[in-house]
Amino acid sequence: MRLAPTTPVLSRSEAAMPRPAHAATRGSAGGQDLQFAWTNVHAPDAARVTAEVAAQGAPADTRRALRAFLKNPAAMTGLVFLLLVITAALLAPVLYPEDPLGMVGRPILWPGQNAQFPLGTDSLGRDVAAGLFHGARISLIVGMAATIIGLVAGITVGALAGYFGGRIDTLLVRLVEIFQTIPGFILLVVLVAIAQPSITTITVAIGLVTWPTVARLVRAEFRSIREKEFVMAARSLGYGHARIILREILPNALPPIIVTSSVMVASAILMESALSFMGLGDPNVVSWGSMIGAGRELLRTAWYLTALPGIVIVFTVLALNLLGDGLNDALNPRLSAER
Amino acid sequence: MTKLSRLARVLRRTAIHAVPTMLGIVIFNFFLLHLAPGDAADVMAGEAGAATEETLAALRSRFGLDLPLLHQLLAYLANLAQLSLGFSPRYNMPVADLIVQRLPGTLMLMGSSLAFALVLGTVLGTLMSSYAGRWPDRILSVLSLLFYSIPSFWIGLMLIVLLSVKLGLLPSGGAETIGAGYTGIAALLDRARFMVLPALSLSLFYVAIYARLARAAMLEVRSQDYIRTAAAKGLSPFAITFRHALRNALIPVTTMAGMHLGGLMGGAVVVETVYSWPGLGRLAFEAVMGRDFTVLLGILLLSSLLVIVANVLVDLAQAWLDPRIEVR
Repeated sequence: MRLAPTTPVLSRSEAAMPRPAHAATRGSAGGQDLQFAWTNVHAPDAARVTAEVAAQGAPADTRRALRAFLKNPAAMTGLVFLLLVITAALLAPVLYPEDPLGMVGRPILWPGQNAQFPLGTDSLGRDVAAGLFHGARISLIVGMAATIIGLVAGITVGALAGYFGGRIDTLLVRLVEIFQTIPGFILLVVLVAIAQPSITTITVAIGLVTWPTVARLVRAEFRSIREKEFVMAARSLGYGHARIILREILPNALPPIIVTSSVMVASAILMESALSFMGLGDPNVVSWGSMIGAGRELLRTAWYLTALPGIVIVFTVLALNLLGDGLNDALNPRLSAER
Repeated sequence: MTKLSRLARVLRRTAIHAVPTMLGIVIFNFFLLHLAPGDAADVMAGEAGAATEETLAALRSRFGLDLPLLHQLLAYLANLAQLSLGFSPRYNMPVADLIVQRLPGTLMLMGSSLAFALVLGTVLGTLMSSYAGRWPDRILSVLSLLFYSIPSFWIGLMLIVLLSVKLGLLPSGGAETIGAGYTGIAALLDRARFMVLPALSLSLFYVAIYARLARAAMLEVRSQDYIRTAAAKGLSPFAITFRHALRNALIPVTTMAGMHLGGLMGGAVVVETVYSWPGLGRLAFEAVMGRDFTVLLGILLLSSLLVIVANVLVDLAQAWLDPRIEVR
């Protein structure tokens, strides 16, 4: 992902001949876009990235991306939300040093009923607020680690398959298909059940289940981009495979990968919560999903036990999605210009 | 090359492709599941409360669990060739029958969810791209992001609280009114009432995906030269959107829809648990919990087959939508 700030501009200037004047295409909408600082609208200067900006190389473009990101209210909202969750995760051992699985009060206190437990207690008298704070740690750790595993495997396989085609493609696609044909969540349930639920096994299992999605997406992008004129131009200039893959095609394939990776953290959090909801979470830690699973038994009488952890999940996942959208807009002047 | 012969070549290629994939899946699943601690005999002995070594050995030889791994695999493959998925010791019935019993429920749930999500998602995405940057786009963007962030099992539970517990409008679980004895239209309506909540819970996530995907694809397509050409020759915005842009924008949407069948199946596991919906997903969960590998292998094999068929259809749809896609 670190490639993103530098390379799209470079390859775009190389591609400028066959695909001229993106700015002109949406000329009429450009003026309107100025009025809003919204996700869907892009910094107007991004549309006019010229040769001299490209020539300045990385620093100018990184600054531009950062500026675009900081100006984007949706992205900033996501960032603030996510920082709140991260803070909660960091503060959990400070605010609630005791085991969140410990019974500390009278069971089934509604939120606000007792000032000592602002968010109430569950059917066993465990503090809901403590559970939510400690759950944030689990969700973030699992989400990020699983995404890194999935991205590394997926991009490698997808890029090789999509670029080279032929036998390598056939072989890798078979591998991807085998993994992808098996419904991911069922495979996840099987893997976790076999390996015994723990934070590590859940994380690795989510990574194993999510990489085919990345691989397929990257492969599809590579297959379509390698037919484009600027790749042909790069070939005729005598560039090697590695350079074409990493510096020509990959940057142009990044928009969907970036969207996917932010979404992957979010969906890893969702998967973890679904697993623990079904009783396949790490039994030694409190997780938002397991809180919902436990609260479900009292859905008719104490629905807050189900509602509160769910709201926190939605909040976190929404933050990641907003952040991902903002990153996508900031890092991809090519896509921004085309919009 | 004519369109038909091109499609035929794509079909042949993907069909040839599918066979080794299936075989790979069977073998992968078989060995994966044999990594699991404990077998069906252990589970049955555990449920019976007690069992001697002799009983266990008898159980194992009765179900062929004491044979070498390769023999078990070969026996499984031989059975598959005769369309038999084996016998479930736990349910005491053939796995194929068990699956056939549960399949319609899941297919109905998945089908209605996918159709709802595709139609609504594409419509929303096209709308959003038409109003890119203006208020309809903003509101729909926020809405789709929200849908995207909600766990299906949680929205399911919240819908139960609101619509079943508080308002009493819809049933909170099951597939039909037990003992009501409806027939004809009344039975159909009764079943539909039970399906609304599960299908809605399962589809919201996919509505959001397709809306976002369709929007991004439409915007990408609209900046292409041929769209400018179409506008320059005086076509109406409606014709440009539907005849020129949407067709190309559908490529990423169809790719994802084919891939989502497996995801929907996984989602169904959770949603079926929430609504006690009698489908394959819940059967899969029960099978994992009971370590009933024969059933699990059958479900995984069948869902794999479903996804393979879906992928062939997607490849065909893409070759039809984009003649540039290479045929090898």
